[in-house]
Amino acid sequence: MSTATVTEKPTTAKDKPLGGRFVGATANYLDERTSISGFIKELGRKIFPDHWSFMLGEIALWSFVVVLLSGTFLTFFFQASMVETHYTGAYAPLRGVEMSAALASTLEISFDIRGGLLVRQIHHWAALVFVAGIGIHMLRVFFTGAFRKPRELNWVIGFILFILAMGEGFTGYSLPDDLLSGNGLRIIDGMIKGIPLIGTWTSFLLFGGEFPGTEIVGRLYVLHILLLPAILAALLLLHLMLMIINKHTQFAGPGRTNDNVVGYPMMPVYMSKMGGFFFIVFGVIVLVASVFQINPIWNYGPYDPSPVSAGTQPDWYIGFADGALRLVPPHLESVFLNHTWSWNILLPLAVIGIFIVLVLIYPFIEAWITGDKREHHIAQRPRNAATRTAIGAAGVTFYAVLWAAASSDLIATHFWLTMEGVIHSLQALLILGPIVAYFITKRICIALQKKDREIALHGYESGRIVRLPGGEYIEVHQPVDEYERWKLVSYETNEPLVVRPNAQGRIPWHENLRSSISRWFFEDRLTPVTQTEVDEALAHQHHNLEHIEEEETAEIQAAHDRAGVPDAPLVATEDRVHETGNKPSTVIATDDKGEGWSGTGGGPKKD
Amino acid sequence: MAHEVEASEHDRGPAPSSGLAVAVADPVQNPGLPPHRPRVTDTDPKKMRHAVRTVYTLFYLSIAGSIWAIAAYMLFPIEDGAILAIRHNNLFIGLGIALALLAIGIGAIHWSKAIMSDHEQIEPRHPTRGRESTREAAVQAFAEANEESGFGRRTMIRNSLIAALVASIAPGVVLFRGLAPFDSPDHPNAGNPVELLSHTMWKDGMRLARDPSGVPIKASEVTLGSAFHVIPEPLAELSHHDGYLEEKAKAIVLLMRLLPEQLHEEEDRKDWSYNGIVAYSKVCTHVGCPVALYEQQTHHLLCPCHQSQFDVSRGAAVIFGPAARPLPQLPITVDDEGYLIARSDFTEPVGPSFWERH
Repeated sequence: MSTATVTEKPTTAKDKPLGGRFVGATANYLDERTSISGFIKELGRKIFPDHWSFMLGEIALWSFVVVLLSGTFLTFFFQASMVETHYTGAYAPLRGVEMSAALASTLEISFDIRGGLLVRQIHHWAALVFVAGIGIHMLRVFFTGAFRKPRELNWVIGFILFILAMGEGFTGYSLPDDLLSGNGLRIIDGMIKGIPLIGTWTSFLLFGGEFPGTEIVGRLYVLHILLLPAILAALLLLHLMLMIINKHTQFAGPGRTNDNVVGYPMMPVYMSKMGGFFFIVFGVIVLVASVFQINPIWNYGPYDPSPVSAGTQPDWYIGFADGALRLVPPHLESVFLNHTWSWNILLPLAVIGIFIVLVLIYPFIEAWITGDKREHHIAQRPRNAATRTAIGAAGVTFYAVLWAAASSDLIATHFWLTMEGVIHSLQALLILGPIVAYFITKRICIALQKKDREIALHGYESGRIVRLPGGEYIEVHQPVDEYERWKLVSYETNEPLVVRPNAQGRIPWHENLRSSISRWFFEDRLTPVTQTEVDEALAHQHHNLEHIEEEETAEIQAAHDRAGVPDAPLVATEDRVHETGNKPSTVIATDDKGEGWSGTGGGPKKD
Repeated sequence: MAHEVEASEHDRGPAPSSGLAVAVADPVQNPGLPPHRPRVTDTDPKKMRHAVRTVYTLFYLSIAGSIWAIAAYMLFPIEDGAILAIRHNNLFIGLGIALALLAIGIGAIHWSKAIMSDHEQIEPRHPTRGRESTREAAVQAFAEANEESGFGRRTMIRNSLIAALVASIAPGVVLFRGLAPFDSPDHPNAGNPVELLSHTMWKDGMRLARDPSGVPIKASEVTLGSAFHVIPEPLAELSHHDGYLEEKAKAIVLLMRLLPEQLHEEEDRKDWSYNGIVAYSKVCTHVGCPVALYEQQTHHLLCPCHQSQFDVSRGAAVIFGPAARPLPQLPITVDDEGYLIARSDFTEPVGPSFWERH
């Protein structure tokens, strides 16, 4: 509709520029100074593909904008200082209590500034949504193989954004200088001290002397509002620019190929959809912030090294690290070369570090195994990359167990279990869970591939049961239409590498390794369906369906003849559709309008 | 247009390897875009009018939400400090803003889905790699710059420049040593983390006092099975400027009384307890959380952060969880007035391990 109006306007009012004289003059003014018309020409009608899962990254993007907006408001009131004051604000229970200016100003934001608590809660909730949005967006990218060439670098950038977002979260969480955040910092301090060689001094420099000192809040503040956001925003810009340069991936579908993008233009559809979605993300966060309390620092009070409450937990995204600390077995520390080696810190740090590095470089590992140097713009269905999906499921399970371990004490108290039992179970699950998840997921993926193949070649189960003359009951399978079939069959497969000696007659060790990993990846696979197979299956199916119909017709006609009404209709009329017994074969479910089953393409679509 | 595309494809270098991917000899043919299915708003003008009405109604509703939020800002003051007032202020401003934002969002998306054209469009993709001619031009640019500057040829200039650039970063790094203090006449150990970590303010004869009041504790007040959170008596006098929190973070102690026969003490520590009363550092040897939970029946101490457990009856040895070392014990006795006092500082550094600990 909008395209029609655009083309109509110039013909009706030729001399008038689009949008009127003023807009035209402004556009001209800008273009003569910025060449912006070229930019608009390139991007204005750029096509973006459509799929609900492409919205997940937008959640992260827009919640980051909300974090920036709400955070900027907070900076006008927050004092990043650990100078000692006596609280004199509106919250009676803490009046007169000694605390740092940071906590006092946070309390002031919460209790003395109208809407201040709302903005604080918006900021905290938006930060949680931000990290969650990145996480779930990353899962989408991973499971659909959207990280493959040419997008490996954007995966790395995105993953660094994830780490930065967690850093932002932790630094922000520590700013109010309340009891909980102080305990969080205490844990960080203890972990840093456990790092060999540099640990003690790193902690000493970070805290400006002994823990807790009077510096840390100011320093974290600089990280939180200047350094990390600047890096984050720059990388985010790069991330989006690469997305535009590479163009978004699309799912396989009719008309969609590796060489095109099918979808809707940036202006007006995505401008409206994405812009609208920003307001929805913002609105939902505000709604949550106005209804659900988060981080009630006034209940915790100022930081004091002595008290701590049971059941303390970090924000959700730090949970996996805290869980890793908890799962370490006792007594892992040794003295070697007259220095202390804190394996109980180093082990979880190494486990998390290796996990992070593996996720970070996964695109390169997979590219090395497949040796595939082509560009891939079609997002895969997870089932069609069974091994990768299984690896992803194993990784998710591993993360989930670490995450659950951060609540080990709450699990124990809520479910009346022993602390030791919970920890030991989670320790076992951390090893066994990913293995089990891997095999189950892989088998499910392959089973789903088989199902796809079955549907593509033999049609879907129509739910229509037919009794054949011989007395046999069958369920009629209706073929799917060609557009649906394309979605099911348009994937390619990989075969394991067969190593061959190189020019020197040797097989290098890394090719042997690559060969065995590729066997692990691609041993279990289905051959993609070919056009010949489809054609044969279709012909066979048509033949079957026609045969059933012929026999049916003959039997009905014979019944009519015997009854002495040879001219009676063969197909139930409209008003008798719901009656049974009209045909020799019993129809359980009928097509609409009683057209029978002659049409092969006219059946209901399986969506 | 078509010619351009073809020409550019030839210009993009050889076809990249497909690796282990299997080319299917007879692939299923892509059927092309399915026919467009009109929406109800495309076929029924009444539905279209309804959609248009819905969109602008939502936008007007958003204005109402904004006005409500401003009204709520004035209608729900918080200056009396009542929790209920703050709750109302938070809730009603928030609901107004949420309505304003959500209505814009839903309206805009409804506009795009129901009213704007939904004909799918196709745009070609080009390989990301630049055209051969462009790449050659880029290489040429580098080559000419290299030729004219002698960057590749004049290695002395180049290498000394790289060395100078690297060296110029070092002063900036060194400046950050100032993040932590140096030793000074007033604070002779301020720049020595190992020294600071190795000592607390406990001294011989210093009374054990209640946390946080600073009231000293008499041995007679420590009944069987009870536990006290303890600080050194002079700590309560310290202000935050004098390092109250830093000293407290190291000096906190848990005091418990067990039956003397329940205590399994090592020979050289027999005189570190008094009449079944033992004092242990409250700072977890794992990562430093306060080990605040005492289970009276089992004499176990539990750290609420990572669930390390220590057995008080056996020298606070680790019996579960990630901690590696027992809690350090504070040697105690009583003074003439019956108050519990320390006999010395801790004999080892308290809290989490660190590299220079041995």
